[in-house]
Amino acid sequence: MKKVIIIEDYCIACYNCEVACVATHSRSQDPVKSYKREGLRGKTNAVVEVESPLAFSSMCRHCKHPWCMDACISGAIQRLDNGIVYLDEERCVGCWGCVVGCPYGAAHPNLAGKDKHAFKCDLCIKRLDAGLNPACVEACPNNALLYDETIEEREEVHK
Amino acid sequence: MLYKKPQIQYYPYIVQRDDYKCVRCLGCVEQCSYDATFYDEELDVIWNKHEACVGCKRCEAMCPTDAIKIVPNPSRPIEHASWKWDLVMDAYLQANTGGIIITGIGNDKPYRIYFDHLVIDACQVTNPSIDPLREPMELRTFLGKKGEKIELTESESGKIALKTRLAPQLELETPIMFSAMSYGSINLNFQESMARAAVELGTYWNTGEGGLHKKLYPYAGRGIVQVASGRFGVSRDYLKAAAAVEIKIGQGAKPGIGGHLPGEKVNAEIAETRMIPPGSDAISPAPHHDIYSIEDLKQLVYAIKEATRYEKPVFVKIAAVHNVAAIASGIARAGADVIVVDGFRGGTGATPKSVRDHVGIPIEVAIAAVDRRLRQEGIRNEVSIVATGGIRSSADVIKIIALGADAAYIATVAMLAIGCTLCQTCNTGRCAWGITTNDPRLARRQNPDIASEQLYNLVRGWSHEMKEMLGAMGINSIESLKGNRLRLRSIGLTEKENEILGVLPAGE
Ligand code: SF4
Ligand code: SF4
Repeated sequence: MKKVIIIEDYCIACYNCEVACVATHSRSQDPVKSYKREGLRGKTNAVVEVESPLAFSSMCRHCKHPWCMDACISGAIQRLDNGIVYLDEERCVGCWGCVVGCPYGAAHPNLAGKDKHAFKCDLCIKRLDAGLNPACVEACPNNALLYDETIEEREEVHK
Repeated sequence: MLYKKPQIQYYPYIVQRDDYKCVRCLGCVEQCSYDATFYDEELDVIWNKHEACVGCKRCEAMCPTDAIKIVPNPSRPIEHASWKWDLVMDAYLQANTGGIIITGIGNDKPYRIYFDHLVIDACQVTNPSIDPLREPMELRTFLGKKGEKIELTESESGKIALKTRLAPQLELETPIMFSAMSYGSINLNFQESMARAAVELGTYWNTGEGGLHKKLYPYAGRGIVQVASGRFGVSRDYLKAAAAVEIKIGQGAKPGIGGHLPGEKVNAEIAETRMIPPGSDAISPAPHHDIYSIEDLKQLVYAIKEATRYEKPVFVKIAAVHNVAAIASGIARAGADVIVVDGFRGGTGATPKSVRDHVGIPIEVAIAAVDRRLRQEGIRNEVSIVATGGIRSSADVIKIIALGADAAYIATVAMLAIGCTLCQTCNTGRCAWGITTNDPRLARRQNPDIASEQLYNLVRGWSHEMKEMLGAMGINSIESLKGNRLRLRSIGLTEKENEILGVLPAGE
């Protein structure tokens, strides 16, 4: 399946992926309003980790066998037919099992807002349906994020 | 406020931040390589240290909410007709440091730019123009010695063969090449981008005096390697891999000055490529210590020809200075295949500001003088002329070719194509656009996949425009434009200037 692939060599830690992620998952779809009015600051699935000179945007791998799903006690996390590991925030009870379970640190607890639920990358499912790339990929100025098959998967197809 | 010395108080730029729009993503803090902006967690505010801002505008370009504007500081030292504010600032700075002011990028003084006083003549009714979209239009050109005449032999069966042995030539699909920028002064990502673009475009790139990194050997077939006074990176393999070899005598931005890459910038890879110990200063002395005359130069030209089995053209690059025509004549007689003349608006990684801004002459007059002198001496066919140092647009390329060049090298505009904002701080090694820096955190800002495409687009666009301009002149091949000054007219130049350039004033 196509995923967001992270090319560490070209991540420049500009944080544009974080902002794009927040805006896309907001009501207003606007970066300033989502941060300032909707209180979505910190609620980003694309978390840029910097260990200078290295940097990369860590995000959900949409694993074939998702550890977070195994850890979810409420059934809020499911693997959809298209391979996307989806977290239904309505059903989440905030046990943080997925947060602990994900070896990549890609599931996050939402502690700031009123509703205490977990959140994670949904690969911008709505944008994909509309034929667009995930927002972080679109926002990356240095092609450090690509929406593509992983190399292993490409090789599998060739076999 | 606490007392600040004038050169700090009159900082040139103000970082204006619209605090409402700022979402504190901290991108600007990470992007600013000059530490001019930082986050105060306690107050949840991003502060600016305006005096550290160099105006590179990286933060402005990268801010996702358009919250930042870099504007000139309206509070400047008092200036008048003779004391412009930058001179005042230089005096303040020097009073404090006692050193030479070092800077990067090209001469920014308001000298006359002759290109802007030349217009291209167009065909109308008497001789028709050519539509390059419908008619073939040739930008291909060849660099190298052209024989005086071509002799053919005819075998008994009537087969015609070439008897004259042609000197080695470089074949260019467009008369624009990427000029010398060494690995060290720029990073490998940018060099790789130029190399890739040159291969795609069917033109050439130049290693500069920093050697050829092993990763770039696959692109060396379109590469011109430099032999400079420091002889950095020169080896048999280096000469063998390249398409041509360029002896660098001088550079337009710093005529008569050598190069210096400080030891702290010489990391393991640069050291390996330059063939020097890591951490040691790479000093290319101002003169080649074995060249003090044209005869000495001839020895090096022929040593290189021997080493490359007379299969590769040898370039000699000099800075444009007042007696450039006589020097060029000597270089032609020393056996060079191509002379490169670098004008005083050429860029640099680092040079004393006083030299950059006040030494040398413009490329337009230098090329006109060199072409005329070589013609007068009847040796123009012995060498090709490449112009560099101040080529800003496709029209400049057309004009310089009409003034007598065979092709042009570009460099500053190639940096503009990948984001350079002319902040003039290349010498600091902190280039925020990841161009003139080898800091691994900053160099990654140039992804060769993106940069090579932008370089390709620039030259491709220029090539299209040049075809249009040629068509307007009723010329269908760039080779027919070489030295064709009749296609130019001047506006606002003196009689003497017209005479040197060899052009007629508009109206004549
Ligand atoms: S990134 Fe450049 S323009 Fe922005 S504050 Fe830093 S030095 Fe100034
Ligand atoms: S190359 Fe970099 S440091 Fe030099 S002028 Fe351009 S942006 Fe500034």
